[in-house]
Amino acid sequence: MAKATITFEDINVTVNVPAGTRVIEISEKVGSGITYGCREGDCGTCMMKVTEGWNNLTEPSVLEDKILRENYAGKHNRLACQAQVLGGTVSVKPC
Amino acid sequence: MAAETWSDGESPRPVRVSGRVHWVGAFDPKLRVFDIILKTANGTSYNAYVVRGSEGVAVVDTVKDAFADDFFARFEQVANYDEIRAIVLNHLEPDHTGALPELMRRAPKARLYISIKAQLMLKALLKAEELAYTPVETGDGVSLGDCELRFLHTPYLHWPDTQCAFLPEDRILFSGDIFGCHFCDERLFNDVCGDFRFSFEYYYGHIMRPFRPYVQAALELIEPLDIAAIAPSHGPILRDRPMDYVRRYHELAMPRLKREIPPGEKALLIFYISSYGNTARMAEAIGEGARGVAGVRPSLYDLEGGDSSTFADLLEEADAVVIGSPTINGDAVKPVWDLLSSLTMIDVKGKIGAAFGSYGWSGEAVRMIEDRLRGLKLRVPKPGLRIKLIPTPGEIEECQTFGRELGEELMGRRGPRVIDMSEIIHSTHH
Repeated sequence: MAKATITFEDINVTVNVPAGTRVIEISEKVGSGITYGCREGDCGTCMMKVTEGWNNLTEPSVLEDKILRENYAGKHNRLACQAQVLGGTVSVKPC
Repeated sequence: MAAETWSDGESPRPVRVSGRVHWVGAFDPKLRVFDIILKTANGTSYNAYVVRGSEGVAVVDTVKDAFADDFFARFEQVANYDEIRAIVLNHLEPDHTGALPELMRRAPKARLYISIKAQLMLKALLKAEELAYTPVETGDGVSLGDCELRFLHTPYLHWPDTQCAFLPEDRILFSGDIFGCHFCDERLFNDVCGDFRFSFEYYYGHIMRPFRPYVQAALELIEPLDIAAIAPSHGPILRDRPMDYVRRYHELAMPRLKREIPPGEKALLIFYISSYGNTARMAEAIGEGARGVAGVRPSLYDLEGGDSSTFADLLEEADAVVIGSPTINGDAVKPVWDLLSSLTMIDVKGKIGAAFGSYGWSGEAVRMIEDRLRGLKLRVPKPGLRIKLIPTPGEIEECQTFGRELGEELMGRRGPRVIDMSEIIHSTHH
């Protein structure tokens, strides 16, 4: 299976993950400050900033795009409960 | 309405607050429980106001729907519906917007003024996609000719949408829920009504306290104002020494214990409960480990020796919380859940959390506590420590290491790490 790495900049931890891993599966277990509310892409609580490797994440769905817009997201923001790591390197931090 | 029997059966009367302002709200003296979580020994009032300018009037907030008749009866004695130029909603909760749909129907020319954060809520509340409203923030205002309501963006007090409006000409602050309380007294003003100090403090403690940083931000906007009266959305209008109430909020919203811990040091609290002394021994070892990290000031508390509200006070000022519980019948024990259920009243987001405990055969408590800590939005950087029955000397060392690593995490002294996902999964199900 393709490998990827995701770095949580707020705690300086990098995790080697299989491709397809959702950020939510990792961030809480390593203690990153990304926080979750509904965990299903509806509330916007888990908005994070992607500082590197935007194209190494799955594209936002129509639903995620709507929630990002409604929460006045910047262009580097994603929902951690929705974004999946595709490969390569990705760096994120809490908003 | 029961409240009106206080007024010799007369129809509801508006109350003059200043030259331009009338109170047109409603009294609810029989209310005892509000929003499930709040008690009141004195009912409450839903305060709404009419502000008259040379070019029309503004309505500031409305009332709970069951009290709409009182609101409209009072309103009609001070203004006509076609004079309404603006409806200002400082907070969209139904106890303030219950009469809004009917008011909008009666006053089609009025424009809604809501905070920028209220926009999504308004649509969800009124179930209307097409609504004419103006989103406002600090610096915006709405003119009524010879006077103007100026908005202060004061979000999260206690919903995302909350705001205040100030009328400089009469020096009145329409504060929404802040500075309010559940206290029903038709004398309405703080210098003539009954003693509501308990209600004022209770309201702060239950409604505003979880949002302490936002209270501080709001006070920065409010303190410089020249205020003659604070007109909140519940309870007495504060026209006598209004700044005393602002100062009281300031005191309540400032950290206390923090001042006694030097800058650069951090407080790590260990709460535990133990049936045979094993979880207690783990707690002590974790404390010893943490004490070895420069800048960390650990404290241990046996949950059997106090009550959860006192411990929640301590936790509010702490930087990290470590909770130890044995597992009994597959669960953490009740004093632990009592503490964890008291934390919704304080701001714990972003603090570091961890769990530990001794167990007999299955040890579910530790993971349950961790899940709850994450649910409360604490950071849980280290998988909890579970030890079967009596800790061995080696396991005591493990506890010390656990405490030391938590301390290092707290002080930001753990260097960059690269870990494998399988380690996380493995350690979580250890």
